[in-house]
Amino acid sequence: MGILLGILNNLIKGISLGSIYAIIALGYTMVYGIAKMLNFAHGDVIMVGAYVCFFAMGQYKLHPIVAVLLAMAVCTVLGVIIERLAYKPLRAAPSLAVLITAIGVSYFLQNSALLLWKSDTKIFPSVVGTGSFKIGELSITHVALVTVAACVVIMLALTFFTSRTKMGKAMRACSEDKGAAMLMGIDVNRTISMTFAIGSALAAVAGVLLCSAYPTLMPTTGSLPGIKAFTAAVFGGIGSIPGAMLGGILLGIIEIFAKAYISTALSDAIVFAVLIIVLLVKPSGLLGKTIREKV
Amino acid sequence: MLKVEHINVYYGAIHAIKDISFEVNEGEIVTLIGANGAGKSTTLQTVSGLLHSHTGSIRFMDKSLAGIPPHKVVSLGLAHVPEGRRVFLQMTVEENLEMGAFTRPNSEIYPGLEDVYQRFPRLKERRRQVAGTLSGGEQQMLAMGRALMSKPKLLMLDEPSMGLAPILVEQIFDIIKELNRAGTTILLVEQNAQMALSVAHRGYVLETGKIVTTGTGAQLLEDEAVKKAYLGG
Repeated sequence: MGILLGILNNLIKGISLGSIYAIIALGYTMVYGIAKMLNFAHGDVIMVGAYVCFFAMGQYKLHPIVAVLLAMAVCTVLGVIIERLAYKPLRAAPSLAVLITAIGVSYFLQNSALLLWKSDTKIFPSVVGTGSFKIGELSITHVALVTVAACVVIMLALTFFTSRTKMGKAMRACSEDKGAAMLMGIDVNRTISMTFAIGSALAAVAGVLLCSAYPTLMPTTGSLPGIKAFTAAVFGGIGSIPGAMLGGILLGIIEIFAKAYISTALSDAIVFAVLIIVLLVKPSGLLGKTIREKV
Repeated sequence: MLKVEHINVYYGAIHAIKDISFEVNEGEIVTLIGANGAGKSTTLQTVSGLLHSHTGSIRFMDKSLAGIPPHKVVSLGLAHVPEGRRVFLQMTVEENLEMGAFTRPNSEIYPGLEDVYQRFPRLKERRRQVAGTLSGGEQQMLAMGRALMSKPKLLMLDEPSMGLAPILVEQIFDIIKELNRAGTTILLVEQNAQMALSVAHRGYVLETGKIVTTGTGAQLLEDEAVKKAYLGG
């Protein structure tokens, strides 16, 4: 009974962590789908979102929900500005130039955070408190529950958006063929901005949830989860929204189980090893279709 | 309706369009014919704003198209069915058609769909299928239907017969004639000169980026040089 309970507990932890990866991975995958670029600054937008929420709650004593909404608003604007200033001028540039720019933006955000908010670790107060539900001997933290719920809501909302709304369909049209989309009267630049806005707002949510579960916040907080979520997006099939969800959740489960049953120190290595194996067997990822040329 | 004057287009160092001028009057079917690489598609892409001319002018319904981005050109009443059809393969037939009506108010989408389905019953049968599962002929119909959803005054068709079986080519050309009779002006780019000239009121012959001959469809069909170069004798 003890072993089973342990497995169940770890599964819940894994799904919860995986939901955070999934929310971040959605940002990577949507931006990749439409702009065909890897936005390596995405992880750092998470960090900015967490800081905004931290100060809004701590210094300005805002209600957690207001603080989260504020963080989403700030990240949305930040994402759109990054796209406009750093990536839009490179629309016709080789993909390597865009990739290097994205890495540059990532360092820029990290170092700006260092300058503004110093390097000391902030202890992030959970937005939903530290309580937990008990079902028999099983305990589920409120954070885990809210995280999984947020992930499900986001997934449903995005599915509705891309399959039922005019702008969502326009987004899919742009990701398939920008030239043809323009001939339909779709403003491709505006659609790309909108995608960055959505991805960055989700990054803020992920940042808040991540820091609520693992309450240390510093300028590099977003970087490793960012890389892992990128891995999750590739794992699930980059460009695919359900793929990002599946990839994120599986990655979270693998990481937690590796930590619990194999080695805490090796857990990240195991996560990336799984990625390498999956890509060797199925290069387009779990739910990916044909991979299009371009980094 | 469309007046193109002295345009020049370059791809890097390549001078693809050399001082081309032509016009399309309301109610006409006008065709641009010529060999592969003569600049026909480039001309259409320049009109719809995907490419830019360094000189000259393009006027549509007495309005200059200079500096108007392609996504705004559509709402002026100019629709472009690109070469290779370019339907959205991962979207359903109906979603493709909805995208065609992107610039129209929502209230027009349903009547627009009804019109297109009436003209292309095949598309109605397949409206929930993703476009990637359609045959080449069906995809061409979808590409044309999608363009019609924007309620164009001028419809530009780039190689609608490309890759289609002869029976389908005839069907597509019948549809082009019908659309024209129903009031749509048509600018048609074709390698199948025989078919294009037989439906067109007027035609222009392009060779390596220049217009070399012009005349009515019937005149060009009888022109010795045209016969020799494009009609197989």
